[in-house]
Amino acid sequence: MTSIKTNNFKKVSVPFFITNIKAGFPSPADDYIDRSIDLNDYLIQNPSSTFIIKVSGDSMIDSNINTGDLLIVDKSLNPKENDIIVACVNGQFTVKHYHLVDGTYYLVPSNKKYKAIQITQGMEFECWGIVTSIIHINRK
Amino acid sequence: MKKIFALVDCNCFYVSCERAFKPELKKIPVVVLSNNDGCAISLSKEAKKLGIKIGTPYYQIKKFEKSHGVRFFSSNYELYGDMSKRIMESLKEFSPHMEIYSIDEAFLDISNQYIKSYKEYGQTISKKIYQATGVPVSVGIATTKTLAKVANHIAKKDSSCLGTMDLIDWEEGFIDYFLSEYDVSEVWGIGRKNAGKLKELKVNTAYDLKMMDERAAKKLLSIVGQRTVLELRGISCLDLQEVRKDKKGISSTRSFGQYVKSINELEQAIATYVDRAAIKLREQNSIASLIHVFIRTNVNNKSHKQYANYKVLKIPHPTSYTPDLTKIAIKGLKEIYKDGYLYKKAGITLIGITSQDQTQYDIFSEVTKDTLNKEDRLTKAFDLINQRYGLKTVIMASQGISKPWKMQRDFLSPAYTTRIDQVLNIKI
Repeated sequence: MTSIKTNNFKKVSVPFFITNIKAGFPSPADDYIDRSIDLNDYLIQNPSSTFIIKVSGDSMIDSNINTGDLLIVDKSLNPKENDIIVACVNGQFTVKHYHLVDGTYYLVPSNKKYKAIQITQGMEFECWGIVTSIIHINRK
Repeated sequence: MKKIFALVDCNCFYVSCERAFKPELKKIPVVVLSNNDGCAISLSKEAKKLGIKIGTPYYQIKKFEKSHGVRFFSSNYELYGDMSKRIMESLKEFSPHMEIYSIDEAFLDISNQYIKSYKEYGQTISKKIYQATGVPVSVGIATTKTLAKVANHIAKKDSSCLGTMDLIDWEEGFIDYFLSEYDVSEVWGIGRKNAGKLKELKVNTAYDLKMMDERAAKKLLSIVGQRTVLELRGISCLDLQEVRKDKKGISSTRSFGQYVKSINELEQAIATYVDRAAIKLREQNSIASLIHVFIRTNVNNKSHKQYANYKVLKIPHPTSYTPDLTKIAIKGLKEIYKDGYLYKKAGITLIGITSQDQTQYDIFSEVTKDTLNKEDRLTKAFDLINQRYGLKTVIMASQGISKPWKMQRDFLSPAYTTRIDQVLNIKI
């Protein structure tokens, strides 16, 4: 007796067929699905836990985060080594790289002008969310 | 299989929404004020400790700002509404069967799930919601909705519960103990009046109510009371209401930020309220056949001449078309308006609501001028523009461009999650 393994359920997009079928020559493009790119779908995996934040300051310029940039932040994700995170340190927000060095966690800037912050026991530290994308507007 | 319900509700919801974006407020006393910054409607634990109660007028607690560093905020419904949506969306992952009970509470039916420890399950829920949204919640898990409310209440009041309480993984004796510590007036569905009646019969606690003869309960409190008794016994009588019932009456009322004297200003206000209510009416595909309009002076200011009046008008052809509804509402307003008074509040309610006839369109056909009349097309365009570009992009001219009577909200925080020009700004 053979056993059948069930697949993991994947999301399947059902093509939505919209075209006026008029008498005459059909367009070769009719066979293709009418769709367009949705940036929301592409950039945001978990809409209910994703927030947008604007930043100012130069501590992360070497990571391409500049004053006026918007960050897409997902609060549902857990920080991984070298993630850029939004953190609350002693009641204040900051955006830095999350690094583990010799068993200790650090918040590391991307600008030689600034020093890394060691996360210690006495400190109030909370990872607010992970920066998944950086939006830099060139021209409005 | 036995039914299991989880009641998830947010801890001081409005305050928590403010704190989610202002971490410096975490241990500070915070108060959120009602419409017009009138009175306290949400208090942080620290604010409660100062003796401030829900409903206390702002002018009575203003002094706490200097003396105890209390931070006041105006109600930011745009923010709270969006945060609520996010929380409810996050809860869906725990069960597709959910009843959104209020802006910050939801019942989940978690009956057909394999759950080893209900306490741990509840903690998983609260951890997940807090991480995803920044709002702390309490979870109560039990075999009926009424008991889940009791469990949730215990979880909130007793910090040793760490935010979750279940009334399942306990021996009956322990559950009865918890019920005996629970005042009967706090039981869901038992109001103050009924609690009074019950206490006269020496039914003082939830346990007493549980042990009450159900026929006696029915006699005293009607069938609702009998159901409550059965629910306290673990017999589920109340199902999840997963689909929001269409509203039978849609109100839009507000108190004015400044007193309003002229009929012109009142007309503007009424037109705005009609617009708001009509949008909700169209959202549920309904039409209204009656409209109730009222105006009144400030009952709390005895030095002002007092006047209050209302009128209910029939809508000759039931509709959801804003201009028609507005015309009728204004007509009613003109009939009740009296000159020489300082008006403080006005509002309208759409009643006699029925479902609009559904027109089925073939998905391959085009919607032509023939299928929709002019009013419907205008309304559709109106709604579409406002949906895409934000409410109030297109408004009826009768609503007025500058609105001196608008709500006073001096302590309004930014709409962090709904407007791109008001997102959180971080200095890095």
